[in-house]
Amino acid sequence: MRYVDEYRDGRLAGALAAAIARTVDSAAEYHFMEFCGGHTHAISRYGLEDLLPINVRMIHGPGCPVCVLPVGRIDAAIRLAKRSEVILCTYGDLMRVPGSHGMTMLRAKAAGADIRMVYSTLDAVRIAEAEPRREVVFFAIGFETTAPATAIAIRLAAAKRLTNFTVFCNHVLTPAAIQNILDSPDLRALGRVRVDGFIGPAHVSTVIGTKPYAFFAEEFEKPVVIAGFEPLDVMQAILMLIAQVNEGRHEVENQYVRAVRRDGNLKAKADVAEVFELRKSFEWRGLGVVPYSGLRLKESYAAYDAERRFGIACVPAGDNPACECGAILRGVKRPTDCKLFGTVCTPDTPMGSCMVSAEGACAAHWTYGRFRDRQRRAS
Amino acid sequence: VSISGHESIMRAGRVDFGGVVKEISLALVPEADIGDYVVVHVGHALAKIDPEEARRTLELLAEAGVAAAAAS
Repeated sequence: MRYVDEYRDGRLAGALAAAIARTVDSAAEYHFMEFCGGHTHAISRYGLEDLLPINVRMIHGPGCPVCVLPVGRIDAAIRLAKRSEVILCTYGDLMRVPGSHGMTMLRAKAAGADIRMVYSTLDAVRIAEAEPRREVVFFAIGFETTAPATAIAIRLAAAKRLTNFTVFCNHVLTPAAIQNILDSPDLRALGRVRVDGFIGPAHVSTVIGTKPYAFFAEEFEKPVVIAGFEPLDVMQAILMLIAQVNEGRHEVENQYVRAVRRDGNLKAKADVAEVFELRKSFEWRGLGVVPYSGLRLKESYAAYDAERRFGIACVPAGDNPACECGAILRGVKRPTDCKLFGTVCTPDTPMGSCMVSAEGACAAHWTYGRFRDRQRRAS
Repeated sequence: VSISGHESIMRAGRVDFGGVVKEISLALVPEADIGDYVVVHVGHALAKIDPEEARRTLELLAEAGVAAAAAS
């Protein structure tokens, strides 16, 4: 496939690995966080950690939309889906995320709730058109990448004057989460996490552009390199981060120039601003309550807000107490530090959200990384 | 591959994903046209690929490779 295969060339990856090996200062340690789950997946799938020198360590960040959704919101969605008039539409990843008492949307569906997996927000609008007597609720999750898609669906529903389409909004924002990690006691006071630089997300940055990262680079003196999702993109971004650390620079650089512009996608940003506003705070799994980190529908679009129409109350609920998803999302622990990993918790029977999505750190390590652990032990 | 819908919010295109062709919303990338490559996320195009920048990135990658080979 064009613009994909070229960036997966194994020979070039080897050459980049050699360039990285020559650039690192063997006396220094480099700890980089890839914020986005898409990068976590690429790093595991292509075994990129094997190509890096031992003093370059990748820390998986919280940029997996499914992983950061708190249990209470899943519970609320399942309660809503049990109402006979409701058709709940959502992305496939969400179906298997465990809520309280091991309940998932998939199980609720098996028990009779009308829950439908959709590929696009526009599929949900189509269902609302086809089923005028039912209430179609789209359970919206994701970062700046999926928020514009939700905004388009709401605008389309408004243009079509649909009265049976609403959105249960769980959209969250990347910059707020990065700031939360940088401000966290794990990093600042306890010193449990060390981050020398960030790989900035690919698709998120096509929307928000490179400017929002300038604050972190300056205020926290951490370099940020925005990277594409292909393995060579990630390798080149790591090389660029190492160069910045070596030279004492902390700038925002853009490796993914073929798709990310400085100002991002103005049309997408305008659509989001038209429909959504900031919430004062939003709860994240792993990070807790983060100020100004989530979106909700504006008053002018209240008619499309499922939380308002159905009076949805989100009751806070705890994770499985043995599940380490929270610490893993903050970069404090690795998947293998969790007692549940690979024992009772696998992608077939996930206990925590990090094992559900292909972008989750645990699922990525289970699918690809654990074989490397075995090789390491053997050698 | 092809484009349908005139109103900007309804604009959609048939996009070829290495053999699989899907109907994708172009509402967020109004400048996308037939023959362009786009980044697609959950059924919506988010950005157009800039062929010139894509080529330059590959050149940089190749340079890094050559430099590494020369050094080893």
